[in-house]
Amino acid sequence: MSAPFDLTDDSVVVVIGTGAGGGVLANELAQKGVSVVALEAGGRYLPEDYINDEWESFGQLAWADPRTTSGDWRVSKDFSGLPAWIVKAVGGTTTHWAGASLRFQDHEWKAHSTYGDVEGANLLDWPIDPREMDDYYTRAENKLGVTRTGGRAGLPGNNNFKVFEKGARELGYKAVHTGRMAINSADYDERPACQQTGFCFQGCKWGAKWSTAYTDIPRGEATGNLEVRERCHVLRIEHNEAGKVTGVIYADADGNQQEQKMRVACVAGNSIESPRLLLNSASPMFPDGLANSSGQVGRNYMRHVTGSVYAVFDQPVRMWRGTTMAGIIQDEAVHDPSRGFVGGYELETLALGLPFMAAFLDPGAWGRELTTALDHYENMAGMWIVGEDMPQETNRITLNTDVTDQHGLPVANVHFDDHPNDVAMRDHAYSQGKAVYEAVGATRVFPTPPYPSTHNLGTNRMSSNPRDGVVNTYGQSHDLGNLFISDGSQFTTGAAENPTLTIVALAIRQAEYIAAELGRQNL
Amino acid sequence: MSLSKQGMTRRQLLSQSALFGAGFVIGAGFVAGKASASNWALEVEHLNPGTMATLIQMARDIYPHDQVGDQHYATAVKGYDTAEAAEGVEAGVAALNDAARGVGYARYIDIGWERDRADLLRGFEDTAFFQQVRGGLVTGLYNQKAVWPIFGYEGESFSEGGYIDRGFDDIHWL
Repeated sequence: MSAPFDLTDDSVVVVIGTGAGGGVLANELAQKGVSVVALEAGGRYLPEDYINDEWESFGQLAWADPRTTSGDWRVSKDFSGLPAWIVKAVGGTTTHWAGASLRFQDHEWKAHSTYGDVEGANLLDWPIDPREMDDYYTRAENKLGVTRTGGRAGLPGNNNFKVFEKGARELGYKAVHTGRMAINSADYDERPACQQTGFCFQGCKWGAKWSTAYTDIPRGEATGNLEVRERCHVLRIEHNEAGKVTGVIYADADGNQQEQKMRVACVAGNSIESPRLLLNSASPMFPDGLANSSGQVGRNYMRHVTGSVYAVFDQPVRMWRGTTMAGIIQDEAVHDPSRGFVGGYELETLALGLPFMAAFLDPGAWGRELTTALDHYENMAGMWIVGEDMPQETNRITLNTDVTDQHGLPVANVHFDDHPNDVAMRDHAYSQGKAVYEAVGATRVFPTPPYPSTHNLGTNRMSSNPRDGVVNTYGQSHDLGNLFISDGSQFTTGAAENPTLTIVALAIRQAEYIAAELGRQNL
Repeated sequence: MSLSKQGMTRRQLLSQSALFGAGFVIGAGFVAGKASASNWALEVEHLNPGTMATLIQMARDIYPHDQVGDQHYATAVKGYDTAEAAEGVEAGVAALNDAARGVGYARYIDIGWERDRADLLRGFEDTAFFQQVRGGLVTGLYNQKAVWPIFGYEGESFSEGGYIDRGFDDIHWL
């Protein structure tokens, strides 16, 4: 049978979400001849639709459904209803991401073994051998066209990178380059080379940056095995008495409730929506939510140790010109406890336009301390910190029954407190970032607090022991055998690297497993 | 900013107006810049003109940029001149004026020095009204395309082919 599929067709695999995890999984399965219905809460936007204007684009793409926050993180104070800056659209946050595509370091797959017990941290090793990932990473890099891998050239450095690079060299950093980016440095895979336009966060109007919206999704659809239903928001997953999931209830584009029957369900709605969906699917048989016998659904929410350093110089930089994330310093990504914390961090250039700089440089601030910085916007350079944060059981997604969304369901509350290791790492990174810019003559440097999270991880984590986590090494529920988690919520730990490449590699691996298990009649 | 009220010229309007604080003139249904160099005026329909002038001054005091003219601050707050918002804004400005009386001035606008107004605002910043105005300015002021060139920000570049041939790496002073 070929797409479109009937609501009663219980032979299909349903994929919920079409971002880096769901979009890739849906295509990979479709290429193998598996029938897939992908349900996407957002609408479909393509490069010609993207808007190179920060606030207008935010209105077009951002996931703005109600959410609440708690905890000591500053996002909860400054952006209390916006814990995350992620996308509601076909392609998910692959429309918005900057494109940094880094492999985990070997030791990061074994965080507990490497770091030992860290008080207050719920550390665990991934049930994956890093050597097994080598081939999946290579396939992911070739799919995304990652620069500086597979013989592909690096991108040229823009002004923001040149300032960053010079400062890094002055400090003696060695692993400094324009990054391994899923942004074409030359025409590749029917996508053009980067035109240094800026606005990577707003969707690449050239299509030079990889996004499932215009790669995996249409290619999957072209097989005839994939049907993408946009503006279809999944409300609940149904199961039978045998403990198998049987269908999903969703609100379609007209707001009508539908049920799609299925053989396998794959949840890829991001680390906030995925656990929320499992919790909202509680039943008499699973009163604490689906797949939650461990009690770990929603827990161990990670968002990376982030923050930014912006610096003002006595001459123009014009950081907004060109690739938003234009280069990286990797020297601090190592695990070196002599710095006062476990794990490591990357420093990556970042630029915001004037409207977002005003909103994010020091949220809530006013007066001349802030405005004299913005006065020199043209002379600013910027970088972003991305480091490994500690999984904590108390950092978690819960249902807030006091607030409901447009479908009448409890919204997600996102609770986050920094772990002392996170604070020590961030302080170290702020100091190093400041030193980088002062080495090239910065006249003023700002430690900018974390933005609403774009890296949302860990809330349905992978574990070898069903008591410790939600899914097994293939992202398969320990409790319900035909339920899979296919996004960053399956991350056992966060590592120091931007997560997309690993989400994609895991999706390729999961697609192989699901197709094989379907073939063996095990699903 | 347009000056269309009853078809009158700016000169005609100003002939029926009064000075308000150091930088504004107000009259029936409008606020205008005092300095002859700043040829702007803003009609108000629901707010008292003095209230709108106070909002404009408050906006500048919250996000002071000396190179940005009052007309841009006026644009940033003109959205409060609606039937729905007027009552709350009038009450907020009245509270601000009350605070000014507490330090010996008749109204906020009569506090002659920026430093003294900023001090007063520091004591006022936890009010919902202050936070409403400040929060609104983040987009109301900085998302005005007309102010971007003042800060050197160029906005979108896709229509010009990006910066690949237009200076993405033209830094010369490193």
